[in-house]
Amino acid sequence: MTASAPTGGGVRARRHQLRLPGTVAALVLVGAVVLASCIGPVSIGPDRVVGTVLAQLFGAHTSVPPVDQAIVWNLRLPRVVLAALVGAALSASGTAYQGVLRNSLADPYLLGVAAGAGLGATVAIVSGGSGSVLLPVAAFLGAVAAVVLTYLVASMGSDRASGYTVILAGVAVAAMLTAVQTFLQQQHSEEIRQIYNWLLGSFSVASWRDVGLALPYLVVSMLVLLAHRRVLDVLRVGAEEAGTLGLHPTRTRLLIVAAATLGTGAAVAVSGLIGFVGIIVPHAVRLLTSASYRVVMPVAMLGGAAFLVLADLVARTVTAPGEVPIGVVTALVGGPFFLAVLRSRRTRQGLL
Amino acid sequence: MTSLGFEQVTVRYAGTPAVTDASFTVAEGEWVALVGPNGAGKSSLLRAATGLVPHEGAVRVGDRPAKALSWRERARCIALVPQQPELPAAMPVLDYVLLGRTAHIPYLGRESAADLHISESVLDRLGMGRFAARPLGTLSGGEIQRAVLARALAQQAPVLLLDEPTSALDLGRRVEALELVDEVRREHGLTVLSVLHDLTLAAQFAERLVLLVCGEVRAVGTPEAVLDPTVLAESFGAQVRVMAGADGRLVVVPYRRTTP
Repeated sequence: MTASAPTGGGVRARRHQLRLPGTVAALVLVGAVVLASCIGPVSIGPDRVVGTVLAQLFGAHTSVPPVDQAIVWNLRLPRVVLAALVGAALSASGTAYQGVLRNSLADPYLLGVAAGAGLGATVAIVSGGSGSVLLPVAAFLGAVAAVVLTYLVASMGSDRASGYTVILAGVAVAAMLTAVQTFLQQQHSEEIRQIYNWLLGSFSVASWRDVGLALPYLVVSMLVLLAHRRVLDVLRVGAEEAGTLGLHPTRTRLLIVAAATLGTGAAVAVSGLIGFVGIIVPHAVRLLTSASYRVVMPVAMLGGAAFLVLADLVARTVTAPGEVPIGVVTALVGGPFFLAVLRSRRTRQGLL
Repeated sequence: MTSLGFEQVTVRYAGTPAVTDASFTVAEGEWVALVGPNGAGKSSLLRAATGLVPHEGAVRVGDRPAKALSWRERARCIALVPQQPELPAAMPVLDYVLLGRTAHIPYLGRESAADLHISESVLDRLGMGRFAARPLGTLSGGEIQRAVLARALAQQAPVLLLDEPTSALDLGRRVEALELVDEVRREHGLTVLSVLHDLTLAAQFAERLVLLVCGEVRAVGTPEAVLDPTVLAESFGAQVRVMAGADGRLVVVPYRRTTP
């Protein structure tokens, strides 16, 4: 076959697409985790951070003072690990929603997750369950219920919900749930500050218990989405064509949306509403690497984890000993970035 | 090789029939062209065969009803070249052709070396080998048509459906695209059902024509039998002359009804 040489070159290029960005993102994540574990009211050297982790995980002998160990292991690492998990899950979910809905503006909160979780949390707080395990559970249930409601509304009267119908239904459901939430807040004005703080998102009270609470859902969600990265590439030609290529058009999309919602719901439950991660991280990865979900999905997970770890580091150090809500940090970075994406040449050409 | 049979197929959109009781068969290895005015239900028939719209009656692929097939099984039997394919602009041509292997790859698996080889061979066969790494957004209309055809051929389905595959192409690319379809049809013994607006091209390439008017099959047969000026005038609401071309095949020429 005389023409196989150029195609062979293309294939070699394809196979190496993931290695470089994947390695870079993984290194940045490791660097971010170590950095965030070192910095705080008490500075602790990276060698002591690594020594603590080895001692705690593998029982290795260490000369790190117990006080430093306690600070790293009990205070900083749960917070860093939770931020990394939430960042990865939100980025994976955002990537998945963008793929399934074929809309580059889709973010994890688009289908009513934010409004549902906000309402769930508000109900929990006004009924006195703010400090208990009730708050994350209520937020999680609210988030999942909102997406289910969005999907039911979107598929009413037709057997197949199109991407636009789902998005419009999400807007309507979110508006209704937010109205209920506003009403409840107005009726319970003394709790407004507490609700407001939760809505802005924070990792300030993160413990290993929070990590354990969210971990199963986040891991299941991310594994399912990662496994669907090739399927997401097939869906880039739309659900109908994907159907003629051999994918079940409705069931496949529903499965991906369900996994993304599970991850988003769990993330919101333990950290509140942290905006912009799920939309800017996938776009940044697309701009820097490739539009293929086989690259975007894993790299966005690693990049999202690193981004949120660093954002949380900024949130707790910039006004120390006070804290800036992490949602403020991500939006302040995310807003300008998003405008840059919108103005970039590749977006105008429709290459996203 | 597999035949494609339509038995009293009715397609409805919100209760309104788009196709009513359509019955005809495309034999193994045959090329049949669906012709008829806009809105006659041509695309609806193709959509019914690919499971994209529900239908009454039966579409048979070989001896199996298409309704009984899963999406995956159906994609292994029937490949579709859509009228307006979705073209992710940044997707490289080879990745796009590999999408045709979806029904042969495990749901959460990845392409095998064989899938890659098949896709590359198809690209080479269509003279597109050197475009493998090019993003779809950088191709011309004719090249895009070849890429879409390559994806359909990579499905290795015995039945190939083409929904007006030449509408975006200039005169030369139109004939070229249909000649290419004819070549691969003969090489692989494909059963081809295509929607074609250009009656002259339909007469040149298809062995038989199915004339669909207002959702009903008006005529089935050889181009000579179907392309009757009176029937065409009535079906399309246009004056046409049907003439024999230099090679003996029919040429259909529309002309202006009134002179100023």
